Amino acid sequence: MTGNTRQRVPAVEGFFTIGDEPHLIGGRLADSGGYCFPLHLGGSDPGNSAGEVEEVALSRTGRIWSFTNSTYPPPPPFIITEPYVPVVVAAVELELEKMVVLGQVAPGWTVDDLEVGMEVELVTGVLHEDEECEYLTWQWRPIGDRPVSGGGDSDG
Amino acid sequence: MDELAILGVGMHPWGKWGRNFTEYGVHAAHLALADAAVDWRDVGFVSGAITIRCGYPGYVSGSTFARALGFTGAQVASSYAACASGVTALSVARGQILSGACDVALVVGADTTPRGFLAPAEGDRPDDTDWLRFHMVGATNPVYFALHARRRMALYGATPEDFAMVKVKNSRHGVHNPNARYPKEYGLEDVANSPVVSDPLRLLEICATSDGGAALVVSSMDYARSLGVRDPVRVAGISTVTPTYPDTVIDLPYLATDSAAGTEAPDVGFKESIVARAYEEAGMGPADIDVAEVYDLSSALELDWYEHLGLCEVGEAESLLRSGATSIGGRIPVNPSGGLGAFGEAVPAQAIAQVCELTWQLRDQAGGRQVEGARVGVTANQGLFGHGSSVLVRR
Repeated sequence: MTGNTRQRVPAVEGFFTIGDEPHLIGGRLADSGGYCFPLHLGGSDPGNSAGEVEEVALSRTGRIWSFTNSTYPPPPPFIITEPYVPVVVAAVELELEKMVVLGQVAPGWTVDDLEVGMEVELVTGVLHEDEECEYLTWQWRPIGDRPVSGGGDSDG
Repeated sequence: MDELAILGVGMHPWGKWGRNFTEYGVHAAHLALADAAVDWRDVGFVSGAITIRCGYPGYVSGSTFARALGFTGAQVASSYAACASGVTALSVARGQILSGACDVALVVGADTTPRGFLAPAEGDRPDDTDWLRFHMVGATNPVYFALHARRRMALYGATPEDFAMVKVKNSRHGVHNPNARYPKEYGLEDVANSPVVSDPLRLLEICATSDGGAALVVSSMDYARSLGVRDPVRVAGISTVTPTYPDTVIDLPYLATDSAAGTEAPDVGFKESIVARAYEEAGMGPADIDVAEVYDLSSALELDWYEHLGLCEVGEAESLLRSGATSIGGRIPVNPSGGLGAFGEAVPAQAIAQVCELTWQLRDQAGGRQVEGARVGVTANQGLFGHGSSVLVRR
């Protein structure tokens, strides 16, 4: 089932690198020094009217600003893998970039395992797969022990 | 800024009727024209709020409504600004009236919505952040609502029961509204027994999608006087501002906030700035407000609006709610209509419906949900892609 021979490719190119220490591909605005993500959608800085954006690696770690899940399967263009396991989503604050970036939380972690302020790092995980490829997205994974909670109490 | 007179308002009841959106808009328009005692042939400008879910007629909604009412040679425009579309249409009408291009205008929005989550248009569009947030993250609208709810819990000690109390309050208001889709009183147990959609928010705390239509007939103050209308409800401020860079609060449909690394974040956040502009145009502030209609896309988001409106200090919205101040009979009732919780959202009609409700409130015509002695009201609304709106109305 895990398909070791299958190729691992980003579900959409240009958002993150893959490998041992993946990072998000962001932009740094030439004029103001602010950052943006994704790179190819630029920023909204009126001081960067020339639109020059330099490609940079965003910080690999940050702290959870907030988090939640989706107990119902999201609609297309999300691709559901059956049986559906609720997607967990975190908004993560990057200290250097002074911005918050959304992302899925790595598999195995539920909302009961998370807290606002918790330190997380960037990993890649499988978004969906077919016979040839595993299609990857970026995910946030708490730094430290594996989760112990089995879910149930939603008062995180 | 000169004021506008609201001569007439009308709504088609919200529901899941499954009929053509034009029918709801025309129904609302007829009611608003009758309420204004204005003949359709005297309307100089038709301002339609667009629906993107009903094909070409929805994209040219101003013309669609005008044709259904009968083409008269009136000028026409159609506006889209996500959930703020209705007020954008009102703003365009104000420009026409105050520039002297017309005396009286009809503003209409209506929608027919599919069941379930609102989803982006079909096709692979990796340059579209609305497509990306669904495809790469699975971030539905309730996911964003829940991020804000969880944040309140972490920062201010809000509880799931606080959020449920918003739903309970609004349901008590909505029982008295003949246009509400869910005129039913819910208790805390009902909310607690509904399934979690996006933790900590439950099904009964998340706005549904509805069919509905709303319309306004607005004019210059001179035109109102010429009709013998001496004390109309007036539009004293309209805001459709965009965010000011850097906007550091995550919101629909973006994957990330702006960065404050190069430019300091403004003192006033985006949602606060939406309302601030309406206050500024009207020369009024939070202390002047008697009643508010705010966008409770989720129960918890209503609490954020208390603070953005300046009804209480940041972090004190739960206390304000629990004091009863925002219930009808309290100091500053919020969502006497029942809000989105009692209506569900008919996107292009919703911001207009907020103005309809305040007009009835200020005319003392709101029946069992009347806020006694209301003279000044404010709406607050958020869309996506940096849209939002606020309207200040007064007597």
